[in-house]
Amino acid sequence: MNVHEYQGKEILRRYGVATPRGVPCFSVAEAEDASRKLGGKAWVVKAQIHAGGRGKGGGVKLARSAEEVREHASRILGMTLVTHQTGPEGRMVKRLLVEEGADIRNELYVGMVVDRATQRVTLMASSEGGMDIEEVAASKPEKIHRIAVDPRSGLSDAQADEVARKIGVPEASLPETRRFMQGLYRAFDECDASLAEINPLVLTGDGRVLALDAKLNFDSNALYRHPEIVAMRDLDEDDAAEVEASKSDLSYISLDGNIGCLVNGAGLAMATMDTIKLFGAEPANFLDVGGGATTEKVTEAFKLMLRNSKVKGILVNVFGGIMRCDTIAEGVIAAAREVQLGVPLVVRMKGTNEELGKQMLQASGLPIISADNMADAAQKIVAAVACK
Amino acid sequence: MSILIGRDTKVMTQGITGKTGAFHTRMCRDYANGTNCFVAGVNPSKAGERFDGVPIYATVKEAKERTGATVSVIYVPPPFAAAAIDEAVGAELDLVICITEGIPVRDMIRTRDSMRGKKTILIGPNCPGVITPDEIKIGIMPAQIHKKGRIGVVSRSGTLTYEAVGQLMERGLGQSTCVGIGGDPVNGLKHIDVMKMFNDDPDTDAVIMVGEIGGDAEETCARWVKANMNKPVVGFIAGVTAPPGKRMGHAGAIISGGKGTAQEKLAVMEECGIKVTRNPAEMGKLLESVL
Repeated sequence: MNVHEYQGKEILRRYGVATPRGVPCFSVAEAEDASRKLGGKAWVVKAQIHAGGRGKGGGVKLARSAEEVREHASRILGMTLVTHQTGPEGRMVKRLLVEEGADIRNELYVGMVVDRATQRVTLMASSEGGMDIEEVAASKPEKIHRIAVDPRSGLSDAQADEVARKIGVPEASLPETRRFMQGLYRAFDECDASLAEINPLVLTGDGRVLALDAKLNFDSNALYRHPEIVAMRDLDEDDAAEVEASKSDLSYISLDGNIGCLVNGAGLAMATMDTIKLFGAEPANFLDVGGGATTEKVTEAFKLMLRNSKVKGILVNVFGGIMRCDTIAEGVIAAAREVQLGVPLVVRMKGTNEELGKQMLQASGLPIISADNMADAAQKIVAAVACK
Repeated sequence: MSILIGRDTKVMTQGITGKTGAFHTRMCRDYANGTNCFVAGVNPSKAGERFDGVPIYATVKEAKERTGATVSVIYVPPPFAAAAIDEAVGAELDLVICITEGIPVRDMIRTRDSMRGKKTILIGPNCPGVITPDEIKIGIMPAQIHKKGRIGVVSRSGTLTYEAVGQLMERGLGQSTCVGIGGDPVNGLKHIDVMKMFNDDPDTDAVIMVGEIGGDAEETCARWVKANMNKPVVGFIAGVTAPPGKRMGHAGAIISGGKGTAQEKLAVMEECGIKVTRNPAEMGKLLESVL
């Protein structure tokens, strides 16, 4: 689960990570008001959406008067911000963060992720802040420094200082940087984060260390123990179909193609999508109905796929193991009837009671195309959609 | 022979009285030598009771001492599952197979850290388990799709493993052992660990490895295969169509930072002499071609 920048900073401040002072705003008047409350001579008006590249897209502006704050706020609020992470359709800006301006001397980078190889949280730091870190990793890999953190002792003073020196933090700012990095690690650990990115982390003219931006992502498996983070969820930022799916305990992800697919198991679901592509078409979604799919769940899944107007055909691929093929057939038939299916449907079932399941589909009188294996199924649905 | 488990393995179920644990313990006991293999259950609040005749103990340690079980399978709910692994490791079991899906990564980081230097092997979490066909099944895979044979299967995903097994069976190829290592980012055995075991197993002739996007465990395994493996290996990687930054079901199945793409994995595997297919319907056919 993602949170907005202002929410991420709110969490980080609780752990002693310094950030510029700022106020989240939902209207132009609030933004202007915020600049007065914050005081000072310069403010930054920042669009709050769950995507990077906001500055380049025109969603981050510097203001030197309350008047300018109002101008920027009125332009940014309600705009459709397009960045390399939003896709071409962009994202509507509904929230702003108004912050005091910072006297930036140096822009650095600090990030944290869970590293599978070491099975630890890894801190990554670079002197090349403010840039896309993936670009830095590709062009100047020597500029990225990594430290695996011992889960028992946390980030040590020595580790924090070592990495701070490597990214060019002056000696005078080491104690503050140490507090910053250790606070960031504690926030990451205690809040069950899966990703934290401070880009840029800035050194100010007076030697302070500030998180100018903050991106936090949390482990969805651990949200049950963080109600305060769950309360930060902004449903406007999530794909509507994905939110709907999660209510029915379905794992669904919207994609760009026109063939809907319903599969049991994440690996098989990905493999099914791959097979569709292999035969020249694109999947409209990833959809894993899980191991214990009931008729209700399958019906929900059909409704979900068909809500996407791009869907021109559906492929059901189920390996019936513990769940029998006749149960699946029952669910598919009930769902197809209930939603009055108007697009071609190819069903491939394999496993326990396979023959019985196939007979049921045939006897249903529904125009269901049966397939023997994944490749056959993909070819049949691609052909059926093409000749429509 | 086989790897990891066989007909004489003695198993305890942690979480035997929960819905999933009860259902699958019954299924496993019904399979092959299961009745003799599944000898104990663990549940502190039901110690002294029996489940289908299987004695329930308060702790893993006690279950081990009383029954001689050296392997455990875990169906404990996610908030308590890592602690269940810790308990099994503390009792010095040989092998722990954790089926539970949805364990917080932070819990697994601590559990894996505390396992350093300990003898216990972990498989999973978030995995279907392990089966040595016609001998023993520990986990949630459908038993009847398997039969005894000489092909090893190692995979990160459940149903895709069944798919691979199904394709082997269409060609009359049985399996020595099938190992589902699970889809979580912080877990126990990796592809490489299982591959080494298959290489040493005289009853395994060839191996199918099934991977998916995320991480670089498949690449690491492929490089080991190139240098050490003396049996043919074929592979498939799911997720060619997966967009970056989106989690595809499994906590671990995500392309992040431009790393862990299916194309990259397939390319490395090919370089390392592993025959790969981009068509998941052809895993069985491909394996047959290398025998």
